[in-house]
Amino acid sequence: MERTTVKFYQTGTFTVGNRLLAPHERSVQADRARTNSLNSGHRACQGCGEALGARYAIDTAMRATNNQLIAVNATGCLEVFSTPYPETSWQIPWIHSLFGNAAAVASGVAAAMHVQGRTDVRVVAQGGDGGTTDIGFGCLSGMFERNDDVLYICYDNEAYMNTGIQRSSATPGAARTATTPAVGGEPGNPFGTGKNVPRIAMAHGIPYVATASVADLHDLEAKIARAMEFRGARYVHIHVPCPLGWGSAPADTIKIARLAVESGLYPLFEALNGRVTEATKIRRPVPVTEYLRLQKRFAHLFGAKPDEARLALIQAIADRNILEFGLVDAPNPAPGPAPDQAPNREGAPA
Amino acid sequence: MLKQIEGSVAVAEGIALCRPQVICAYPITPQTHIVEGLGELVKAGELPGCAFINVESEFAALSVAIGSSAAGARTYTATSSQGLLFMAEAVYNASGLGLPIVMTIGNRAIGAPINIWNDHSDSMSMRDAGWIQLFAETNQEALDLHIQAFRLAEELSCPVMVCMDGFILTHAVERVDMPTQAQVDAYLPPFEPRQVLDPAEPVTIGAMVGPEAFTEVRYLAHHKQLKALTLIPQLAAQFEAQFGRKSGGLIRPYRTEGAETIVVALGSVNGTVQEVVDEMRADGVAIGSVGIGSFRPFPLTALREALQHAKRVVVLEKCLAVGLGGIVSDGVRKSLSGIQLKGYTVIAGLGGRAITRTSLRQLFVDAGNDELEQVTFLDLNAEVVANELEREAEARRTGPTAESILKRIGAVSSRIG
Amino acid sequence: MFQVRIHGRGGQGVVSGAELLAVAAFYEGRFAQAFPSFGSERMGAPVMAFCRIDDREIRLREPVMNPDALIIQDPTLLQSVDLFSGLGRDGYIIINSARGFDDLGLGEFARGFRATRLATLPATEIAIKHVRRPVPNVPLLAGFAAISGEIRLDSLVAAIRAKFPAAVAEPNVAAAAEAYALAAKAKEALHA
Repeated sequence: MERTTVKFYQTGTFTVGNRLLAPHERSVQADRARTNSLNSGHRACQGCGEALGARYAIDTAMRATNNQLIAVNATGCLEVFSTPYPETSWQIPWIHSLFGNAAAVASGVAAAMHVQGRTDVRVVAQGGDGGTTDIGFGCLSGMFERNDDVLYICYDNEAYMNTGIQRSSATPGAARTATTPAVGGEPGNPFGTGKNVPRIAMAHGIPYVATASVADLHDLEAKIARAMEFRGARYVHIHVPCPLGWGSAPADTIKIARLAVESGLYPLFEALNGRVTEATKIRRPVPVTEYLRLQKRFAHLFGAKPDEARLALIQAIADRNILEFGLVDAPNPAPGPAPDQAPNREGAPA
Repeated sequence: MLKQIEGSVAVAEGIALCRPQVICAYPITPQTHIVEGLGELVKAGELPGCAFINVESEFAALSVAIGSSAAGARTYTATSSQGLLFMAEAVYNASGLGLPIVMTIGNRAIGAPINIWNDHSDSMSMRDAGWIQLFAETNQEALDLHIQAFRLAEELSCPVMVCMDGFILTHAVERVDMPTQAQVDAYLPPFEPRQVLDPAEPVTIGAMVGPEAFTEVRYLAHHKQLKALTLIPQLAAQFEAQFGRKSGGLIRPYRTEGAETIVVALGSVNGTVQEVVDEMRADGVAIGSVGIGSFRPFPLTALREALQHAKRVVVLEKCLAVGLGGIVSDGVRKSLSGIQLKGYTVIAGLGGRAITRTSLRQLFVDAGNDELEQVTFLDLNAEVVANELEREAEARRTGPTAESILKRIGAVSSRIG
Repeated sequence: MFQVRIHGRGGQGVVSGAELLAVAAFYEGRFAQAFPSFGSERMGAPVMAFCRIDDREIRLREPVMNPDALIIQDPTLLQSVDLFSGLGRDGYIIINSARGFDDLGLGEFARGFRATRLATLPATEIAIKHVRRPVPNVPLLAGFAAISGEIRLDSLVAAIRAKFPAAVAEPNVAAAAEAYALAAKAKEALHA
């Protein structure tokens, strides 16, 4: 009888516990011996992207440092849901000081380790977008500038979520928040505002900067592991959907994160010493509407009379990212206005 | 070893002897010389095992200190005035977390109006933040208090502010006796933290505490400071035994035996007060003074003992509770609860105005005759004040008050005191 | 207690001068306190520094209101600042100038004091000659030492050597010696 070889194709690489992969290619989370640094029992919302991202990031950092890790946390969702009085879900040494000083406190911890000769112990600072791009910005820049040996991880859910969904400098254009309501002539967060902290981190010339997403957890782990290979200031910015704040279904968190990446709105890249060295290509770009449609915070752009002008602005941002980072090999749709640094710095529609 | 050096330099050398491990520095007049001095020592390799970190703000300075102290390193920083306010959130955080950070405050007025000269408004702004607050009378004491402060902080797990008058002490060159390394080592053992970030024994520091336990946590902080009321004199006594001089302690009474009038003050002005006390005693006036060394915890019992037999107490303060009057007076009054005697508050030296022997003498004479108001602003220029009030009554758009007053008093450079 | 008040302008070493004086007294086993009057200093602005010397611990913290000696590093201040405030009739006055008290318009004023306790010195010129910088503090201090005897020249020299590296110290020492000799000679001439 003739034998036919049957090829099995694993669709997508997103399966975390993929036993078809070689052990060293598998996710840290797939390992029974993972440290569970952020243990279960925390009080994150169903479908919380930040809890997902933090669990992956910290366990990876633990593996990379042979479990010699100290974490510093800014005030915010992660800090609050992981330490609900009187419990803590952290299995590692962890300190929460204030909202705006995580980077500085981490610098202090790193200095203490250094002077005590404990060069094997590494330090991770973590905060949400509010604590990183706004109130913690000064301390972040100071830590970058001194090139202190700290990995700062920002979990970006694009608003101050823990306090009830208020706008931050990471909130995208047109997004509805409690302080940028979807009313009036310019509904939602204005265009022409915002801060691109990964680029600002690069501008400091620090050894390693990367963007990551809970859409691709392998990639997230790889980037954290890579970051830990360097000494000095490092920054990883992770896109983490927030079902509550974004008005999306808890089950859609990873899907939405994936759409953000595939639309070009959230480029995944790495930068060494201020220069982009790698960017993840998009296999099949999707229009931004597919991403926006799943989130109630953009609902006012849709409906009987869609806000074509604003949707076009958002699409232009995605297109510009695709162009700038070379995310798509095929020819592009017409690119948007001249390159600029901020994510939604496009100017308001006429 | 005897040295004739600037106060800041003396403090820097004293801190160096305490074997600090992390020092963070942000410049602000008038404490800058202290951290500069320490920076130089570290850079020159004279402070091995110490990291000197130039930070981007005072908020960052104390935040870095919080991280390093929580990670088990003996940590030091310094600030003044606006800088202390800028780190206010971290000040409460450090004491709330029980971290034994030692911080020098080079006392300076808080603006507006902006003023770089000495008064106590900065330390006073943080008086209830849970830090221990010690005040130095001389540069020798400033140096000595830092050594005691590390010991105190680490034994209690409570941060300590050592307050020394900006310019008056920080920039004065005077004689100090610098201890030896061996002396300091014998007094101050290596830092053994009560809580520490260590991968070998993970702990969560800084978690939320709900209504169920917050009161107890705060009570324990209060209790800790009350314990300091016993520990401070003990450490001062040990210091005296080992170093051969009196420094620190809760209060310093001066010629209070049989005194009918007692003057209470904090910091360097006590020196001038003692001079006047001596002059007046020589003239047969029954006057004495008490310097408060520990403002937090406030030495209620010790003060009561020192003051209770007087007829009147004059509290001389370099700070102002706007809308109320005295700050130190409140504490003094509390210590005399139930005792009937006359109490006077004198606000003096604000923003660096010189407190002269002559003015003090007149003030104490008036006090002795009970011819003082409840609250007196020493050497207030009543004419300037009256003019300004008149101006304000006449028109709406009177412009900045400070500018108007400065125009009236003229060129400052021609004045001596 | 002996109290000195030094007047000058920012950049003339007024504060260093007070410090040197204090250190010199320290070397003689005495207590000393030196501090500046703190202005928002810029080069050229009037500044003051104070020095107290005593044989017991100095507790007083006020500015020197009643100086026993005045050192005036810049005679242009005579117009703008009440330099002599608080000075008693037995006070010392040393002024940085090549001209005498009469030529400075202080002739009448000077008669209220003891002639042997007054001196003018071309301190800036002496400084430029030896140190090549117009910082008159050291020569004036030396002059003060000569006419008051409150500190010895060798104490001042020791203080200079402790403060500056040799390349800077030695020219200052030379300047001090010349100023001291000049002032001592002038004082002697008055006695004669």
